[in-house]
Amino acid sequence: MQRREVLKAGVGLGVFGTLIASGLVQPRLAHAARQMENAFQAKSLEEALKAVGASGAAASNDIVLTAPDIAENGAVVPIELESKLPNTEMIALFVEKNPNALSAVFHFTPEALPRVKTRVKMGQSSDVVAVVKAGGKYYMTKKEVKVTLGGCGG
Amino acid sequence: MAMNRREFLQVLAVAAAGGWSLTSNAEQAAKEADQLYNLPPFGNVSLLHITDCHAQLRPIYFREPQVNLGVGSMAGQVPHLVGEHFLKYYRIPRQSIEAHAFTYLDFEEKAKLYGKVGGFAHLRTLVKRLKASRPGALLLDGGDTWQGSGLSLWTNAQDMVDACKLLGVDVMTLHWEATFGAERVKEIEEKDFAGKIEIVAQNVHTTDFEDPVFKPYVIKSINGVPVAIVGQAFPYTPVANPRWLVPEWSYGIKDQQMQEAVNRARSEGAQVVVVLSHNGMDVDLKMASRVTGIDVIFGGHTHDGVYQPVVVENAGGKTLVTNAGSNGKFLGVMDLEVKNGKIQGYRYRLVPIFANLLPADPEMEAYIAKVRAPYESKLAEPLAVAEGLLYRRGNFNGTWDQLICDALIAVRGADISFSPGFRWGTTILPGQTITMEHLLDQTAITYPWSTLTEMTGAQIKNVLEDVADNLFNPDPYYQQGGDMVRVGGLKYAIDPNAPMGKRIQEMTLNGKPIDPNKKYKVAGWAPVAEESREAGPPVWEVVAEYLRAQKTIRIKALNVPRIIGMEGNPGLAL
Repeated sequence: MQRREVLKAGVGLGVFGTLIASGLVQPRLAHAARQMENAFQAKSLEEALKAVGASGAAASNDIVLTAPDIAENGAVVPIELESKLPNTEMIALFVEKNPNALSAVFHFTPEALPRVKTRVKMGQSSDVVAVVKAGGKYYMTKKEVKVTLGGCGG
Repeated sequence: MAMNRREFLQVLAVAAAGGWSLTSNAEQAAKEADQLYNLPPFGNVSLLHITDCHAQLRPIYFREPQVNLGVGSMAGQVPHLVGEHFLKYYRIPRQSIEAHAFTYLDFEEKAKLYGKVGGFAHLRTLVKRLKASRPGALLLDGGDTWQGSGLSLWTNAQDMVDACKLLGVDVMTLHWEATFGAERVKEIEEKDFAGKIEIVAQNVHTTDFEDPVFKPYVIKSINGVPVAIVGQAFPYTPVANPRWLVPEWSYGIKDQQMQEAVNRARSEGAQVVVVLSHNGMDVDLKMASRVTGIDVIFGGHTHDGVYQPVVVENAGGKTLVTNAGSNGKFLGVMDLEVKNGKIQGYRYRLVPIFANLLPADPEMEAYIAKVRAPYESKLAEPLAVAEGLLYRRGNFNGTWDQLICDALIAVRGADISFSPGFRWGTTILPGQTITMEHLLDQTAITYPWSTLTEMTGAQIKNVLEDVADNLFNPDPYYQQGGDMVRVGGLKYAIDPNAPMGKRIQEMTLNGKPIDPNKKYKVAGWAPVAEESREAGPPVWEVVAEYLRAQKTIRIKALNVPRIIGMEGNPGLAL
């Protein structure tokens, strides 16, 4: 994503990611986010999915989850999420094996492009799961990201 | 181009000088040279390809692997064929010079017969001949060019930078180059290479705003045909090598961006699109099945000497995938016939460079002698004599790594030792004196420090599992290349088909099972963490001390794990 795209995408988003930390995006404390407090406390992926109301979300090819196959640095794993589903209201990001599975929730106003980029911390190899709420329904996709000890290549 | 009489006589002279005629006969040598180097031109677009020479300017010995297992969908597939399986697949006669070039079979005997391989002076002779018979031909360098010798380490890669300019490299991509640090790479690109060699890498971006660090591709006109060369640097450089050396660069495989680069090059008029890749063969094969519009992937990294390209079908057509071996041993020659904006046919040869059959180019030879001169006595220091063959390449311990592992245990006072599964490193024949140069061929890196740490049995297993998954993950995109970490002291069994965490079994030390909770003293080298900078003396000091004390080296036991579930796999010959 180019700088100008980040600036564009930031408008109207409630972001719990590094976009805030980078100072590029003004956070807006979304009402929905407060409701999600329980979800952020949840330990397992299953509990966290339940807490955001996404249990049983349908697998979808219209969610583009871009993440490295092998993380360069587990402390800052870049993840890009884009929904091509019409009427996308929310995108949530989970890291299955993190102590708290839910990493970020993004809410979109109808005018906003449902595309975000953030960085998450990962202690070990894990599935990364993206959930989209669109038209009142939940959809999901996932990808494995390996976190390795490194060395020995070549 | 048929060999003319002058060249024929040259070959005879070289063959005789190389001692060839003592064990064979000159007529036979000339015949074999003619078979290897008489390459009639074909088509109108020719691309020459070298990769992974690992800074070997002079001819060397290099033994191909005896174990190169393919797993998952790659089981039994090219490039995971060794020895007789390789010869059978490509119908290469066992008693031929090519059988020696491409396999480990009868290595000692054949290496004595045919002599050393590679060397930039000999390579340049062939490159010049081919460029003369193929006007407009480009020379592509797949990377891992600047690292791998004491000389390149001490000259901060300047020896290789100037050698590549003299050789006539046109375009290159990167991997180990990055271990000289981001600033050095950029300095070479902007100063030394300016107007001469272009670095391409579509998959390297800045960590902050993801701006491109290098040109993604270049378009060159060859006999009026626009040819795009897209670069793909080794995707896991900051994982497999120290990230702190390129802290602001982010890599990755990036299929989507590759597709965009290919499409953009096509829209700019490229009639041929090739990728100069350092992905490794399995990753290239997968990428070729997913990205459309690539005519050829010229691959490296995994050091596979692939005799003929693999043809991969994808949604857009077909892509040829090659891999051109290592250590300066081969030159890939791809001739394409392009008509009406499309490739109509191709011919490919992966040509082994036999120093005794290709006369040295005098200009390159003089350059190499000059750049070596200040370091010659340091490089020539004799350390010990090898009683047996010393080689590295293979999925598990080779004899060279066994020597390093034994030295680490003896000198550092450890229970267990680890040595990285690098695929570079030259081979030493029985009776040869091991010099400092040979030792540095195995160890010359910019983060050479030896380490000595206490690890629990559980941590040791974790290391082995982690590396095994980088080698044997059934999905090539999760592999990093390299071979299994080499071990000293510790014995184990491995089931490559098992999932992560379940591959490593039966770990023992001196006949006793490894206790997950007990602490063991583990020696190693090449730490990638910044905290481990200067952790201990450079590994070559440790091994040199051992060699000087031993005087003669005989590897008593090669510590190869028990391999489970690989019966009948043609990537295994034990």
